[in-house]
Amino acid sequence: MTVYAPASEAEAADVIRQAQAAHSPLALAGSGTKAGIGRPGNAGHCLTSLGLQGITLYEPSEMVIAARAGTRLVDVARVLAARGQRLTFEPPEPALLMGTDGEQTIGGIVAANWSGPRRIMAGACRDSLIGVRFVNGRGEIVKSGGRVMKNVTGLDFVKLLAGSWGTLGFLTEVTFKVLPVPEAEITLALAGLDDRRGVAALCDAMGSPYGVSGAAHLPEGWHDGGQPQPALTLLRLEGSAFSVRHRVAALGERLAPFGGHSLLEGDDSRLVWSRVRDAAPVAEPRERAVWRISAAPARGPDIVAAVKAQREAIHFYDWSGGLVWLSTPAGEDAGEKAVRAAVAQHGGHATLMRAPVEVRAAVSVFQPQPEPLARLSRELKRAFDPEGVLEPGRMTAGV
Amino acid sequence: MASIAFPEPDPAILARREAIWADLARLVAPDALITSEDERRAFETDALAAYRQVPLAVVLPSSTEEAAAVMAYCNREGIKIVPRGAGTSLAGGAIPAPDSVVIGVSKMRRVLDVDYANRTARVEAGITNLAISQEVAAEGFFYAPDPSSQLACTIAGNIAMNSGGAHCLKYGVTTNNLMGVKLVLMDGTVVEIGGDHLDAAGYDLLGLLTGAEGQLGLVTEATVRILPMAEGARPLLIGFSSSETAGACVTAIIAAGIIPVALEFMDGPAIRICEDFAKAGYPTGAEAMLIVEVEGSEEEIEDELAKIEAIARTFDPLAIRVSQSAAESAAIWKGRKSAFGAMGRIADYLCMDGTIPTGQLSLVLRRIAEICAENGLGVANIFHAGDGNLHPLILYDVAKPGDLERAEKAGAEILKLCVDVGGCLTGEHGVGIEKRDLMTYQYNRADLEQQMRARAVFDPRWLLNPAKVFPLDGRLTAQ
Repeated sequence: MTVYAPASEAEAADVIRQAQAAHSPLALAGSGTKAGIGRPGNAGHCLTSLGLQGITLYEPSEMVIAARAGTRLVDVARVLAARGQRLTFEPPEPALLMGTDGEQTIGGIVAANWSGPRRIMAGACRDSLIGVRFVNGRGEIVKSGGRVMKNVTGLDFVKLLAGSWGTLGFLTEVTFKVLPVPEAEITLALAGLDDRRGVAALCDAMGSPYGVSGAAHLPEGWHDGGQPQPALTLLRLEGSAFSVRHRVAALGERLAPFGGHSLLEGDDSRLVWSRVRDAAPVAEPRERAVWRISAAPARGPDIVAAVKAQREAIHFYDWSGGLVWLSTPAGEDAGEKAVRAAVAQHGGHATLMRAPVEVRAAVSVFQPQPEPLARLSRELKRAFDPEGVLEPGRMTAGV
Repeated sequence: MASIAFPEPDPAILARREAIWADLARLVAPDALITSEDERRAFETDALAAYRQVPLAVVLPSSTEEAAAVMAYCNREGIKIVPRGAGTSLAGGAIPAPDSVVIGVSKMRRVLDVDYANRTARVEAGITNLAISQEVAAEGFFYAPDPSSQLACTIAGNIAMNSGGAHCLKYGVTTNNLMGVKLVLMDGTVVEIGGDHLDAAGYDLLGLLTGAEGQLGLVTEATVRILPMAEGARPLLIGFSSSETAGACVTAIIAAGIIPVALEFMDGPAIRICEDFAKAGYPTGAEAMLIVEVEGSEEEIEDELAKIEAIARTFDPLAIRVSQSAAESAAIWKGRKSAFGAMGRIADYLCMDGTIPTGQLSLVLRRIAEICAENGLGVANIFHAGDGNLHPLILYDVAKPGDLERAEKAGAEILKLCVDVGGCLTGEHGVGIEKRDLMTYQYNRADLEQQMRARAVFDPRWLLNPAKVFPLDGRLTAQ
C-alpha cells in the first residue's frame, strides 16, 4: 500500500485525480487513531493529511481558529489554552477505546463529528465548525463556510462533511469557533441511584435553568480498570466561580429528592469527565465490542434493558441518558440484532465503534437507513465522488 | 426598474393554467386551493417588496399528504414550486414566479408533541417561531432562535433560511436547535430525518437542508430543541461617541472571557429612528450604542453586569444604563426588534445581511458610510456585534427615479466588501434572489458546481424554488 502525504491542497487534488482516473480507491486518514471505525475497506492506497500541518488563522478576540487538517488536536488545544480558550465540543481521546496510539488530527475529528459530554449543551463538533476546505472525488478543491460565525450563503457543506468519514471529500483545512475556558467547574455527584432514577435526575437537571454542561450516569458496578464502584450520577456546571457556586447550591437543592450529593471540584471534576468522554467504563476488556447509541435521553434505560434482555452487556450513559455506551461480547454479530431491535423499538441510532474486522465486514456498523434516505445518501456520495474513490463503503455499501 | 432578473416563464405551463387548476382541485380540499387573481396577488412578494410576481396558483395544504400529492403532481407535470412560510424573507426567498405553484404551510400550525424530559417539541412547520416559545413558556422553556420577525415568521421559513436572532451568540441559530424534520421531496416522497435524539444517523442531511432556502424539499414538520429559560435576564445600554469605540468595547468584553447572551449594536441614525418610534430611552446624542444582555440569577446578573460596566467605563461612554425593571427591559428590546418597522416609517430601505470578522468592524462601518454617501443615500446600521452579522439599512425613496437601483448598487458594493474582509454575503437572511448574482463573488466555479450537484440529488430538474440562490447562468442539472 502506498501512503500519500501531500504537502499542499493542490498535491492532494493531484493524488485524488489520479486515483479517479485509475478507479483506485483511497483510504483517507489523519494519524489513524479512528481507522478501526467503520466497515473495512479494500483501498489499495492511503491518503493522509499528516503533510498538511499548522494553524492558519487564530484571532482570539474573534473567537475563531483555523488549522490544516493534519494538525494535531493537542497542538490546536495548546495554542488555544495559551489564550484561555478551547474547542467547546470536548472531543474524546480515542486511544483508550480504540487501542490506537498517536495523536488525533483536527481533520479526523471533523470527519468523525467527534464530540464529547459537552455536546449536550454546547453542540457537536459540527456546531462549532464554521468552515471547511476539501478535495472532492473529482480532485476539485471546494470550500464551504468561512471564518465567520453566521453564514447562510449557499448550501452548508460544513455540516455535511462533518461525520461523513471521508466518503465525500478529503478535508484540507477546518475552521472553528471557540469559547473562553470558564473560570471554574464543579461536578455535583449523586450516589447509588439505579438507571431510571439516575437518568431521571439527569433529565430534571437538564430542565433546570442552571446551565448543566455534562450529565452522565455510571451504573452500579462500573469501573475503569479497578474495583467495581457504586452508581454515580454526575452533573457538571461551568462558569465564573461566583456563578458556579450559586448554581451548584441551587441545583443541589432541586435534586434533593434524589438523595444527598457530593461535589467534585477542579481537577477531580476534570478527571471524571475525561473518563466519561473517553468511554473508559466500557473500554475494558479490550476484546469486547462497543456500541454507541444516541436516543432521546429518557429512553436510554429502555434501550439498555431491551439489549440486556437479549445479551450480556456493560453500559453507561452520557448526554443526560441520550448517549448509551455499551460493550458486549464481540462474537457472532457483536450484538447487532439486539441493539438494532432496541433502537427500532425506542428510537435513535446505533454505531458499532469497536469490533474485530471480520465482524465489521459482516454487520452494519452505522445505523441502516430507510430506503428514501439511503438513496439520497448514495446519490450525494456520487455527487461528490462519482467514481467512488474516497473511502468507498466505509459507512454503508454504496456510500 | 429594479435590476434582478427572473427566468422567462414557461409559456406551455401558462397556457395550461385552467387545466392545472382543475388538476390541483382534485388533489386538495376546496379551501386549500387559491386561483382567483385577487387572492393570488396576496402571494406576489415577501419582505423584498420591490419585486412582485403573481403565481399560477397557491395551495395551502392542511397535511403532509396533501402537500406531497401536489408536489408529486407538479414533479410529473414539470411545474415549478415555490415554498412559502409567512413570506417575511428580506432576500426574496418566497417570491414566486408566474409559472409556479406556491405551497404555503400557513395552515399547518399545530403543536404535535412537547416532551419536557427530553426537551423537544414536535410541531407542524407553519407554526410561528414565537408560538413555540409561547406553547412551552408555562413550563419554563423556550425555543432559542429569535429572529426579529418571530411574531410572524414560521419554523419552515426559519429552517429554509437558517434564521438566527439577537440571542444566537449563546444559543446558536436554527441549525443548532433543529433535531428532526418531516420532509416532502420534489417527487412527493415523504422522508423523516433525525428525531428526538442528537446527531441524526448517516450524512448530516438536516444540516444540509437547513439554510437551503427551500430548494431541497418542503418541510412540513419539525422537531426542535427547547431550553429551560434562564432565571432572569437583564440588558445594559451603553452609548458611545463613535462606532470605533463601541467596536473596541465589544472586543474587550469578549477578550475578558464574557459571552453575554446578546450583544447588539446600533449606530447614531438607527438609535434616533428607533427611539422616536419605541421610546425606549436610547441615548439619542450617541453615535453608537450597545445593548448587552446577561442571564442568570439576580446575583449572577449583578455580578456580570458589574464586570461589563467596568470594562465599558474604560471606553469613555456617553451613557450607561442598566435596566431596572422588566418593563424597561422590554422597552429596550422593543426598540431593537422594531427597528426595521421604525425605519419603514421614514423611508424605503434595503436591509443588508453580510457577516464580517469582528476585527474588521471599524473599517467596514467607515466604508459603508462612504459607499452610501457616494450613491447619495442614507444608511443606518444595526447588527449582532458578537458574531459580526451586519444589518446596514440603506435608505432610499421608491418614488424617486433611480433611487432603488442606486440602493441595490450600494448594497452589492457593501456585500462585496464583507467578502473582501473575510466574511460572507449573508448571515441569516439567505441569498434568495437578492444576492443570487453575487454568489460568484464569494464562491468559485468548483464551489458552486459542487453545491449544484448536491442540489440536483434532491431536485434534478430545478423545479423547487428555482429562481433563487444560484446565478441563472451555468446551472448544472442531474448527472
